[in-house]
Amino acid sequence: MENNNNHYSIETKDLCILYGGFTAVRNVNIKVEKQKITAIIGPSGCGKSTLLRAFNRMNDFVPNSYVTGEIFLHGQNLYSKQVDPVEARRKIGMVFQKPNPFPKSIYENIAWGARINGFKGKMDELVEQSLRSAALWDEVKDKLHQSAYALSGGQQQRLCIARTIAIQPEIILMDEPASALDPISTLRIEDLMQELKKNYTIIIVTHNMQQAARVSDYTAMMMIDDNRSGGVIEFDETKKIFTRPSDKRTEDYVTGRFG
Amino acid sequence: MNTNNYYPQAQEFQKELNSRYRVASIWQSLFLFALLIAVLSLTALMYNVIDGAFGYIAYEYKNDPSEFTSTPVNELTQEELLTILQSNLSSGAYKKLNNEQAMQTRSQADLLNLFLERLVQVDTKQTWTMTESIFQREKILQETASNYPEARIEFRSWLTPQFLVSPMSSRAEFAGVRTAVLGSLWLVGIAIAFALPIGTGAAIYLQEYAPKNWFTSLIQININNLAGVPSIVYGMLGLAVFVRLLEPLTSGSMFGISDANGRTILSAGLTMGILVLPLIIINAQEAIKAVPDSLRQASFGVGATRWQTVWHHVLPNALPGILTGSILALSRALGETAPLIVVGASTFISVDPDGPFSKFTALPIQIYQWTTRAQSEFHAIAASGIVVLLVLLLTLNATAILLRNQFQRKY
Ligand SMILES: Nc1ncnc2c1ncn2[C@@H]1O[C@H](COP(=O)(O)OP(=O)(O)OP(=O)(O)O)[C@@H](O)[C@H]1O
Ligand SMILES: [Mg+2]
Repeated sequence: MENNNNHYSIETKDLCILYGGFTAVRNVNIKVEKQKITAIIGPSGCGKSTLLRAFNRMNDFVPNSYVTGEIFLHGQNLYSKQVDPVEARRKIGMVFQKPNPFPKSIYENIAWGARINGFKGKMDELVEQSLRSAALWDEVKDKLHQSAYALSGGQQQRLCIARTIAIQPEIILMDEPASALDPISTLRIEDLMQELKKNYTIIIVTHNMQQAARVSDYTAMMMIDDNRSGGVIEFDETKKIFTRPSDKRTEDYVTGRFG
Repeated sequence: MNTNNYYPQAQEFQKELNSRYRVASIWQSLFLFALLIAVLSLTALMYNVIDGAFGYIAYEYKNDPSEFTSTPVNELTQEELLTILQSNLSSGAYKKLNNEQAMQTRSQADLLNLFLERLVQVDTKQTWTMTESIFQREKILQETASNYPEARIEFRSWLTPQFLVSPMSSRAEFAGVRTAVLGSLWLVGIAIAFALPIGTGAAIYLQEYAPKNWFTSLIQININNLAGVPSIVYGMLGLAVFVRLLEPLTSGSMFGISDANGRTILSAGLTMGILVLPLIIINAQEAIKAVPDSLRQASFGVGATRWQTVWHHVLPNALPGILTGSILALSRALGETAPLIVVGASTFISVDPDGPFSKFTALPIQIYQWTTRAQSEFHAIAASGIVVLLVLLLTLNATAILLRNQFQRKY
């Protein structure tokens, strides 16, 4: 097992994700490299969020949802009995498709996660640092103790990113983190990802082809098959996906001739 | 083909719009009518209650007050009353009263009541409702003059401070609701203290932990149905379980209280607790369901356990809803009569309940008891009792609502 410990943080083998009898994602075999940004692209409903949620066992909460095949996290099977899902989620942070701050103050939104995970440092510093990293500090530094619900959608999304950074996971999963943001905030988030890449492995779902091309090192192209199950039809370096894709469907999609 | 042709245009559109407005205004008036009926019935209810609580009363003195003192009755001071009572009551009777509450510490109103009750011995001949008293004043005066030439007549409010603080009495003029109010408060307190934590706990388990299978659905269906079971059935349950089976516990004999049986406040409170349990569970479940899943995901997403998620996010956000449920439960527990009769509320009791192992009576029992009496003065105090019950209900509800608003999240 130790052998694939070096390059890859997440590796899947014949991964299928089912909702009841419906196979939403079928036979995914990808290797996500450490400290790189991997983008997942594909048309709506092809299972991108489903795949992402499987990576930190969020699908555990969907009744009747289960996986077959394997996901290795640093060589250990994520779905084996030995792995505690709470510990796994703490190591693999997630930013959701819809911003979902806690109904608490901005400060508490960040401090709560840190506190329950036993953070022993200076909380004020952590909050400031996390907010700065998420390019939100300047906008909220004067109202840290006001409700997070009073923020705009894009600010809330950045708060969710800050919240995730604050617990210092190893991998960060982002489900369309920029879909509610203006171009400037989007660029900031992208800069932030480049910054985070030094320490974290990032997997991002995006509908924005330019964004995928700009920020990611690797890209997984997903598509629905005849049974309406999604699958990764091509997984390669982003450069290659966007310049010389080997699959015709990928080429159509990234050039805008599809979906 | 122009699809616009399928829609009415200009004139035709106007006509159709007008008919839509007509239908709308018909429905609106129907709803207004419904509201009026509701307001009317509530007003009638309130009037009916108030009507009984005030009115003329014709009464005679068995012994003239002048036999005891030269001061007019309504000018008697506390000291005067004390001396009168001391010298005219038998020493046994005086001692007994003194044991209930030291005579020196009693208020002037209290002593006056004792004077009228024990010595003068007021004898009520007839009472009238408020409506009668206002609109048929002449007739009442004439009737009294011819039927009871000796009688005095006065307009009396049955709802007095004295009524609130006096214990039960066999004479309506001197009876009060103190014992019953205290009994009701004890009951509701025990019921909520029992049902709120258990009900909330059960709801949390059902919503957050229990797997969704046929077994939990069966439990769910049962809980929903239990909320509709007639209260008398809960009374039977309470009698069998709390009064009989758990008698050592509910009578207090386990704790060295010897002279009680199982028909205690504790039994009745627990019975009421079981009665409101489904109500609390269902409301708490609804409140928990209303907490958005995205919040749970956010919590799990930062590495929280199920318990941390429930404790820090689900519960605080569901709390206002849970408290709303307990307001409903509280009202129900306060007003229920049937189960209390089955569990064995005392119908005549003049000592205050002093703990969970006391015998007890409750307001609805007391009111029911009074309405079954033949004499009209008992109907008058029954009406006053209902006013007290309603005010108590409003006060408790208001307290719960204030509490709820306190918990309502600022975010
Ligand atoms: N909780 C669920 N229960 C049942 N089916 C689900 C559930 N969540 C998603 N699905 C189904 O799984 C498939 C993939 O959904 P998913 O949300 O992963 O798509 P997506 O690629 O993220 O789409 P989008 O780009 O619109 O967000 C869809 O057919 C969807 O209906
Ligand atoms: Mg999605």
